[in-house]
Amino acid sequence: METDRHRYQYLVIGLAVAFAVLTAQLFRLQLLDNSFKISADNNALLYQTRHPARGLILDRNGKVLVGNKNTYDIMVTPRYVKDFDTIALCRILDIDPEYARAKFKEYREYRTRIGYRTVTFASQVSQEQYSRFIEMAHEFPDFVGVPRTTRMYPYNAGGNLLGYVTEVDRDFLERHPDYSVGDYTGRTGLEESCEAMLRGEKGYSIYLRDASNRIHSSYRDGAFDKPAVPGKDVVSTIDAELQNYGETLMHNKVGSVIAIEPSTGEILSMISSPGIDVAVLGQINKYYSQIASDPFTPMFNRAVMSPQPPGSVFKLVNALIGLQEGTVSAATEFPCHNGFSARGIHVGCHAHKSPVNMTEAIATSCNSYFCYLFRDLLESPAYGSEAKALDRWAEYARSFGFGIRLGSDFPSEMAGFVPTSETYDRAYGKGRWKALSVISLSIGQGELGCTPLHLANLAATIANRGWYRIPHIVRGHGSDSTDAKYREKHLTMVDTAQFEKIIEGMYQAVNAPEEVSATARIAAVKGLDICGKTGTAQNPHGDEHAVFVCFAPRENPKIAIAVYLENAGYGGTWAAPIASLMVEKYLAGKISPERKWLEQRMLETSLLHKVPASPDYVPPKKDNNR
Amino acid sequence: MNSSGNIYRNLDWTVIGCYAALALFGWINIYASTYSEEAAGIFSLASRSGNQLIWIGAAAVAAVLVLMFSSRFYKTIAWPLYILSAVLLAAVLVFGHEVNGSKSWLSLPGGFAIQPSEFSKIATALCLSKVTDSFGFNLSRTADFLKTAAIIIVPVGLIALEPDVGTILVYCSLAFMLYREGLPGKILGYAGLAILLFLVTLKFSPFVSILTAIGIMGILRTLTSRTPVRTFLIYAAFITAAAFLPRLLATEPISGITGMAPEYWLLILTAPFLIWFIIYNIRRKIQGWGTYVLSLILSIFLILSVDFIFHNVLQPHHRDRIENLLGISQDLMGAGYNVNQSKIAIGSGGLTGKGFLEGTQTKFNFVPEQSTDFIFCTIGEEWGFLGCIAVLGLYLTIILRIIFSAERQKERGFRVYSYCVASIVFMHVFVNVGMTIGIMPVVGIPLPLISYGGSSFLTFTLLLFVHLRFDLERWK
Repeated sequence: METDRHRYQYLVIGLAVAFAVLTAQLFRLQLLDNSFKISADNNALLYQTRHPARGLILDRNGKVLVGNKNTYDIMVTPRYVKDFDTIALCRILDIDPEYARAKFKEYREYRTRIGYRTVTFASQVSQEQYSRFIEMAHEFPDFVGVPRTTRMYPYNAGGNLLGYVTEVDRDFLERHPDYSVGDYTGRTGLEESCEAMLRGEKGYSIYLRDASNRIHSSYRDGAFDKPAVPGKDVVSTIDAELQNYGETLMHNKVGSVIAIEPSTGEILSMISSPGIDVAVLGQINKYYSQIASDPFTPMFNRAVMSPQPPGSVFKLVNALIGLQEGTVSAATEFPCHNGFSARGIHVGCHAHKSPVNMTEAIATSCNSYFCYLFRDLLESPAYGSEAKALDRWAEYARSFGFGIRLGSDFPSEMAGFVPTSETYDRAYGKGRWKALSVISLSIGQGELGCTPLHLANLAATIANRGWYRIPHIVRGHGSDSTDAKYREKHLTMVDTAQFEKIIEGMYQAVNAPEEVSATARIAAVKGLDICGKTGTAQNPHGDEHAVFVCFAPRENPKIAIAVYLENAGYGGTWAAPIASLMVEKYLAGKISPERKWLEQRMLETSLLHKVPASPDYVPPKKDNNR
Repeated sequence: MNSSGNIYRNLDWTVIGCYAALALFGWINIYASTYSEEAAGIFSLASRSGNQLIWIGAAAVAAVLVLMFSSRFYKTIAWPLYILSAVLLAAVLVFGHEVNGSKSWLSLPGGFAIQPSEFSKIATALCLSKVTDSFGFNLSRTADFLKTAAIIIVPVGLIALEPDVGTILVYCSLAFMLYREGLPGKILGYAGLAILLFLVTLKFSPFVSILTAIGIMGILRTLTSRTPVRTFLIYAAFITAAAFLPRLLATEPISGITGMAPEYWLLILTAPFLIWFIIYNIRRKIQGWGTYVLSLILSIFLILSVDFIFHNVLQPHHRDRIENLLGISQDLMGAGYNVNQSKIAIGSGGLTGKGFLEGTQTKFNFVPEQSTDFIFCTIGEEWGFLGCIAVLGLYLTIILRIIFSAERQKERGFRVYSYCVASIVFMHVFVNVGMTIGIMPVVGIPLPLISYGGSSFLTFTLLLFVHLRFDLERWK
C-alpha cells in the first residue's frame, strides 16, 4: 500500500531524528561545553549542607522564650578513616569510648549504604569542646566540625508548651520526604505546631575536591551555592513572667492553669504540672527514659488533654441556660436544708442560709439550688419530654465550647464530652430516665467531661458577657498576623443581658462580707474586683479535684483564668488562691504585703502525695456529706 | 524450506551480534560502576557484575529455547500469557513490595524478586500480534480499534496503580506501531502538539505558548494552502509583530501611561487579527479552516489549564523533575542532583573517555543508581563520546534491522509484533539516554541489555529472540 510505505518511511525518519538529537546533545556535553568538564585532576564536587538557624519563639512582650546557641556536629567520612587515638578524641569531645566503638561498629555494618558519604559522629558539641577539638584537629584529620544551632531557653517558663527539638528518626523521614538524615524537627508544643515557620530552609555550598577528598576551592566562586534561609520567629501570646510565676506556684502540685485575655482569646499562660524543666528540654534525648517513667507523666499536657468533670463551676452554665430559657429568674428562691432530697435521691450541701436567690446560690455554691433549677429546666412543659429538654441543654453547653475541640493551635487538644438524651437512652433505655436520674449534671458531675482549656474559655466567655474567641497561643509569625479564625467572635446562645445576673453572684463569691458563707473569699484582692466560682469535683480516685475559674476586673476584664488541681481537695482552699495570686501578679505586677502569707503557703505546699499515681500516695478518709 | 535444522542459517546474525556486544559491554560497565579498591572480582557472585553474568547465562539458555519453538506455538500461548501477566500485575498490587515509591516488585520463594511489568511487555506484544492477525482486521474499524486499545489499556491501567511512570511511557511507544498499522497521523500530531504547548507554557508563559500554537497552525496552513507564498508572508508578518509587541509594550513610556500588563495589550491587539482571519476564511469559503480554529481553541484551553494540571495532577517529584529539565528551578542538591551529576560524569568523558575503571565520578558514587538506570554515565565517562556513539549505533542497528524485517513479513501479525519490539527498545533507549544527558525528565527505566537487573535483561532477550524466530518465517 502506498500510504503504508509513507508511514514506514516517516517512522524511520523520526527514528533518525531522535538518535540525531541524542548524538547532538552528547556532542555538546562531551566535546563543546566546558562547564561540565572536570579538570584533569579528577576533581569532583562536594556539597556541604548549610543548616539554617531555627526561628526564635518570643513571648507577647518580645522576650525570648526560646533562642539559639552555637554548637557543632563532628562529621566523619567512614571510608577515609585511618587509625587514630580514639580515647583522646573521646576525652576531648567528652563522650563515652563505648559510644565511639558502637558508632564505628555501625559504620562497618552499613558500609555499603554509607558509601563515601559523610555522616554525623557526635552531635551538639559545645563551643568549649569544639575549641579544644580545633587545637588538636591535626591529630584527627578525618573529622570535621560543622556549625549548627541548638536551642537555649533564657527563661525558665513554658517547658511543657514549648516542645522540644530533636534529630529526625527513620520513621519520621518516611512520613516526611522533604527532610533528610541529620535534620532537626520540632516535637510537641509550639516547636511542632510552628515547625513550618521555625524550620527555615537548608542551603549548601559546593566545593571542588580532588580524588583524595581534599577540598580545593569553591565551585565557580559560589555561583551555584545556595545560602540557608533562617526560620521565621514565632511570637506567642504567652506572658513569660506570668507563666514563670504560675509554674512556681504549681510546683509540687498536679494539675493545670490556663490564663486567657478575654477580649482576644490569647492564652497568657498555660501550665501543666508537673512539667518539664527547660534545662531538660535542650537535651531531651538524655533524659527521655527518665521522663517516660515518671509517674506524674510530665509530657502529658493536662491543660488540653485531660477531660475531667468540671464540678460546681458548671453551675454558672446551668444558671445561664435556665435564665435564657426563662425557667428561672434572678429573683427565684429555692430552699436548702443541708442539700436536696427527692424520691430517694439526696445531694448534700454545706451550711448556709435558706432559702437563697441566684446571686446567693452562686456565691455559696448551693447544690440544692441548682438541683431545683436543673430539674425545673428538664421538666419544663415547653419541651415535651426530658429527652428534648436535655438535648436543648446540650446544645447550649456546646455553644460555650464544651464537648467540642475548640480549635486552638495547640496540638492534641481533646474535645471532652457533653451527654445528650442518646447517652442516657443507651444507659437506661429509651424513655426510662427522668430529670432526677441525671441530676448530677446540675452541679457539674456525672458524664460531663471538660478540659481545663474549656473552663478557662468559660471564664473568658463570661468575662466577655456572651462570646469568646478561640484560645490560641501563637500571635503571629514574623510579619504574618494571626489566622482569621482566631479573630472571629463565637457567640453563645445566651443573651448578653443574662450574664450580668450571674456575674453578680461570682462577684459575691469572692467579695461578699464575712457573714455570708461565700466560697472564694480567700481570692479577694483589694481594688481588683475579681469575679470567680469555685468547684470541687468528686471523682472515683482519691480526693476531690479543686477547681476555680475567675476573671478580673469586673468591668473590661483583662484576664480570665481557670485552675484545676487534681486530688487537692476544696476549690476554695487550693485553686482559688493560685488563681487570685496569678491575677494579682498580672494586673498589679506584684503581690501585696497582706497576701504574702498566702503566696508563701502556696509555694511551700506539696500536694503530690494526694495523687493516686504517686509512689507515696495516702488514701483520703472520705466524708460523704458534700 | 530444506530441513528443520537448516532454517537457522537464515537467523539474523547481525542482530544477535549487536545483542551480544551490548550484553558484554553492559556487564563490563556494571563491574566498573560498582568498582572500588576493596571490591570483589568481576566474576564474584557477591558482586553485581557476577549476578549479571548469571542472568546473561540464563538469558542465553532462554534465547535458544525460544528459537526452538514454532511460531504457531507463540500464537497459541498469546492469550494465556496475556491473562497470566494481567494476573501477576494485579498480584503485585496486593503482594508486591515498594521500591522508590512504586509497588512493582513481587517476591518469589527462594529470594528472587521479579517485576511483572517487564514481562507484561512481551505478553502484550504477542497478544497484539495475535489479535491484529485475524482475518479482515482493520484498525480504522471501531470494533478492531477498541479491541486493540483494550489490550494495551489493561496492563497500562494496572501499572498506573503501582505507579510506574517509566513503564507507562514505554507502553505509549506502542503508538508508533499503531501509526504504522493505520492509526491516523493526526492523533500523533495532536499528542505531540499538546506536549510541546505544555512545556512551552511552563518554560515561558501562556502567551508565548498561544503564539507557538498560532505559528504551528500557520505553517501547517501554509503547507496545505493553494497560494503558499502569500499566506506564508501574511503569517510571518503576523507572528513577528505579535512576538515583538510585548517587548514594545513593556517599554517605560507605554506601560507607564496605561499601567496595563503587556500580555493584555497583546490580547487586545491580536484579537482583531484573529477575527479577521476567521471572517476572511469564511468569506473565501476555504476548506478546512474549521479544524484550525477548533484546534486553536482546544490549544488555548489546554494552555490555560496547564497550571492546574501541573500543580494538581502531577506529583511533587514529577513537578521537580520537569521544572529541573526545563531549567525553571536549579536545585542542584535536590531534584536536579542526579541529572547534574550525571551530566558532569558524561561531560567529563570527552572524546575518548578516561578509560576502563578510571572514572572518578562513578567511582566515588556521585551518581546514584549507577549500575541500573544511570549506567550510561559510566559509559559516557569511561568510554567518552566514541563509546556512547558506538552503543547508540548498536541500538540503531537493532531497531532498523527489526523494522526492515517487519516490512518484509507477509503476515500482519508478525509485523505488528516486530514493530512492538522496535518501539519498546527505542523508547527505553531514548528516555534512558535522554534523561542522563538532560533532555528528558528523570524517569526510572533501564537501558536495554546494559542496565543491571535480571527481569529487564531477560525481557529484552525474550522480546528480541521471539522476533528473530518470527523473522525466520520470511524464508519459508
